[in-house]
Amino acid sequence: MKILVCISNVPDTTSKINFTDGDTKFDTNGVQFVINPNDEFGLTRAMWFKEKQGAAVHVATVGGPSSESTIRKALAIGADEAIRVNAEPTDGYFVAQQLAEVVKNGGYDLVIAGRESIDYNGGMVPGILATLLGMNFVNTCIELEVEGNNATATREIDGGKEKLSTTLPLVIGGQKGLVDESDLRIPNMRGIMMARKKVLNVVEPVDAIKATSDVKFDKPAPKGAVKLVDASNVEELINLLHNEAKVI
Amino acid sequence: MSVLVYTESDNGKFKKNAFEVASYASEVAKQLGSSVTAISFNSTENESLGKYGVSKVLNVSNEQLNTFNAKAFANAITEAASKESASVIVVSSSSDTKYLAPIIAAKLSAGYVSNVVAAPESTSPFTVKRSAFSNKGFAHTQINTDTKVIGVSNNSFGAVENNTTASVEDFNPSLNDADFSTKSIEIDKVVGQATIADADIVVSGGRGLKGPENWGMIEELADVLGAATACSKPVSDMGWRPHSEHVGQTGKPVASNLYIAIGISGAIQHLAGVSASKTKVVINTDAEAPFFKAADYGIVGDAFEVVPKLIEKLKEFKAQNT
Repeated sequence: MKILVCISNVPDTTSKINFTDGDTKFDTNGVQFVINPNDEFGLTRAMWFKEKQGAAVHVATVGGPSSESTIRKALAIGADEAIRVNAEPTDGYFVAQQLAEVVKNGGYDLVIAGRESIDYNGGMVPGILATLLGMNFVNTCIELEVEGNNATATREIDGGKEKLSTTLPLVIGGQKGLVDESDLRIPNMRGIMMARKKVLNVVEPVDAIKATSDVKFDKPAPKGAVKLVDASNVEELINLLHNEAKVI
Repeated sequence: MSVLVYTESDNGKFKKNAFEVASYASEVAKQLGSSVTAISFNSTENESLGKYGVSKVLNVSNEQLNTFNAKAFANAITEAASKESASVIVVSSSSDTKYLAPIIAAKLSAGYVSNVVAAPESTSPFTVKRSAFSNKGFAHTQINTDTKVIGVSNNSFGAVENNTTASVEDFNPSLNDADFSTKSIEIDKVVGQATIADADIVVSGGRGLKGPENWGMIEELADVLGAATACSKPVSDMGWRPHSEHVGQTGKPVASNLYIAIGISGAIQHLAGVSASKTKVVINTDAEAPFFKAADYGIVGDAFEVVPKLIEKLKEFKAQNT
């Protein structure tokens, strides 16, 4: 089985969010970039397939040279090869078209992408990618088993979960649950040294539409101070929720 | 040219978000000077959409579609979009629509914007405001394609009455075996309870609850309020509660009217996941817990003393106010 894991290069989850250039750009100053957490679960599941069932695992990202340290981390975790499409990932549709080209050229059986990136939260790349390629697709995937050409996937739904049967070639929009969080891997020194010798192909983007563009950003309005209610006076909280906030 | 809205239903009844997306579609149609057509699947109450500005309903009656199937639903919706020459397609932000919306977008070569929190700022160029950075920011996004797909964030626009008479038309999309190449085998779902995705009120517990055996009071408080239950990441990681209840940056976003956090200190990732909620209440023994800075109302106290009292007083309040 040949697996491609799509990696998004995102700000660490603890990052403070600021904007620059007249609020038209995300301010990367002081921000540490990491593998998108939803992709990290997918990468670890791909490593499981490699080690338990035998698979080649490649990783791909769409990004500028600064994203290479993140994709090198994926190689240090155990991916065999990496591809970087040399373009800024400003639009999910554009990113999906670039990744579709990578998949076509690589002949992958299984493509695992995160259900969404934790920065722009578009949640569109896996679904558009699958549709452009005519591959089966399961989103918000929390369990995945592959046997021959058949796959069983469980997806999270509102209020529960659903088990699905499908076939390869398959695209997964993965998330937490694909592996236990305790199984996520931190690159060790040997992995980091080996990653330096692994292939990282840089390819130029193909012509593609940019379906959307973010023209401006802003932040939520600052909040007022919390109103504290004495623990012995819960009636006051009920009164505030009923008469002031009008939510009960 | 019309605005097409996909109205979700369950066992023939529209979900709450169906009326919200219909209202949103009605606002878009008003701005564009067009009308709203809805597409529904096996619904028994199509006429009710007229109250929210829908003038035509394409009703798909097909037993194969009693269970959600992303590819088949997306194919039916795109066929309806072509039939109606729809320039804008409006969907919700449920798990199911986040699954099918990108498929619709790819089939129609349409720009898709999810998590939209307000009516379009402009229709030329078409620009919408959406939450981004896990609710730590907003993006004002321009859609550059002729056809647009808009995913409306739950509880952001509300159901707005805009009385119209809805005509109902049978619609039989052409579906084939390939549309069902991914099949549902088993659904394990809580029935009859509000879900985090569409609940008006969410009651959430954290490590301060000390163990899963103490979740009874969270469930009882949720029951009194007609709320959904949720939890923080450590609680889901320890297996006290399922991941489907995990609220935060790598879990579910919550956009309820009221979010009550009990025994949750408020890690930055958790606060990001709940920041779209309108009113936040925190109950925690630690007065320095970061959640107090993000909350509207707070009680510094022991959940095991405060919550039972709150349940008792809420029951009295409900008895007097219903």
